[in-house]
Amino acid sequence: MPKAQVTFEDIGVTVTVPAGTRLIEVSEKVGAGITYGCREGECGTCMMKIVSGGEHLASPSVLEDQVLKDNYAGAANRLGCQAQVLGGHIVVRPG
Amino acid sequence: MNTSTTVLPGQPAAIAPDVHWVGALDPDLRQFDIILRTANGTSYNAYAVRGRDGVAVIDTVKAEFADDFFARLWACCKPAEIRAIVLNHLEPDHTGALPALLAAAPDARVYLSSAALRMLKGIVKDGIDESRLTVVDADTRVDLGGRTLRFLHTPYLHWPDTQCTWVEEDGLLFSGDVFGCHFCDERLFNDRVGDFRFSFDYYYQHIMRPFREHVLEALALIEALPIRLIAPAHGPVLRDAPRNYVQRYRQLASPLLTFEAGEHEKTLLVFYISAYGNTERMARAVRDGAEGVEGVRVSLYDLAGGDPAPFVDLIEEADGLMFGSPTINGDAVKPVWDLLSSLTLVKVKGKFGAAFGSFGWSGEAVRLIEDRLRGLKLRVPRTGVRVKLIPTDEELAECRALGRELAEHLVGRAQPLHIDFSAPGALTT
Repeated sequence: MPKAQVTFEDIGVTVTVPAGTRLIEVSEKVGAGITYGCREGECGTCMMKIVSGGEHLASPSVLEDQVLKDNYAGAANRLGCQAQVLGGHIVVRPG
Repeated sequence: MNTSTTVLPGQPAAIAPDVHWVGALDPDLRQFDIILRTANGTSYNAYAVRGRDGVAVIDTVKAEFADDFFARLWACCKPAEIRAIVLNHLEPDHTGALPALLAAAPDARVYLSSAALRMLKGIVKDGIDESRLTVVDADTRVDLGGRTLRFLHTPYLHWPDTQCTWVEEDGLLFSGDVFGCHFCDERLFNDRVGDFRFSFDYYYQHIMRPFREHVLEALALIEALPIRLIAPAHGPVLRDAPRNYVQRYRQLASPLLTFEAGEHEKTLLVFYISAYGNTERMARAVRDGAEGVEGVRVSLYDLAGGDPAPFVDLIEEADGLMFGSPTINGDAVKPVWDLLSSLTLVKVKGKFGAAFGSFGWSGEAVRLIEDRLRGLKLRVPRTGVRVKLIPTDEELAECRALGRELAEHLVGRAQPLHIDFSAPGALTT
């Protein structure tokens, strides 16, 4: 099974997960600081910063793009509840 | 037309030339939105702004007050004159008359924030013609003829959709719930009504305080404006010294307590309550462990001797929180829940948290507290320590490690950790 690595920079935890995992499935489990509201990609609560490895995430949906824009997101921001890891090593932090 | 400074039934009240209050008074209300009490009822403030080319209606009222709203509105304009409906905030106390207004003024365009757009479908359940909607941003201008509406992006005050509307020619700020309060007085203006300072502060503390960082962002926009009058969505219209209320928000949004720790120190608060001294011994061990980490100021509090309110003020400013509770009848004890249920008044998102406690036979308290901390959006990077009855030296060492590790997280010196969730089912267990 293809795997990916995700490092939650704010707590210094790296996890190995199956490819296709959404960050929401693992970030709370390890106590990382990405926090969630609606969990459906609408509220923007879980906006996070991709420090590196953004190319290993599935592209944002139209809804995620709009919510990011509404929240004045930068190019490196994604929503934790939507972002799906495809492989490689991704480093994220809250914000 | 009412030109006095007392609100009369069925009549709009002028707040500026060709600008009218068309809201409703609700003097008998004593509880608002479940969480707020009010000794003076409230008002639902809506406004009609007239330009040479038409009228803009800014917000509406709670549904059961729609008749009052329309009586006042139709006394100062005709439906066909309404060009713009501005929604500063979609909460039902401001949009209760919206469906009827949309029907009465079919040519009016609706101006709202993009977050409001996503909520509107939940308010106007029978559908809305989307071609009537304009999502506004900082560059949007609505020219009414001699009067121009602009919009300030002020989200999370206190919903994601909230915005303010600015009439630049007159210096009028339609601020939504910002600078509002639940205080009903038919004399309407802040220089005429009774003393409402406590209501103003109470409203801030319960509605705006959890969004302090957004208040500060909004103030940066608002303080730059040459304001002559603030027209909020509840409470008195602020025509006398309106900047005083902006300044008061600045004070209220500043830390309540003088920061006693050093500029680069992190603060960790350890709260505990103990039936037989076991959880207290754990708390002291937790503190000892945390104090060994340079750059962390640790404080220990026995919840048996304190009320939640001052602790909430401390927590608002702290970086890390730890809670120790025994388990009694399968639960953490009430003083712990009293404090944890008070934390919706302040922002705790992103702080570090942990739990610990002694128990007799089941020991649910620690996990329940951890779940609550996660629910409050704290980071809980370390599984808490549960000890059966009297802690041994080894178990107290575990407590010291818990305190030390959380303190290390506060100063960014936590040991890197690698967890493998790649096995089938590992993420769901």
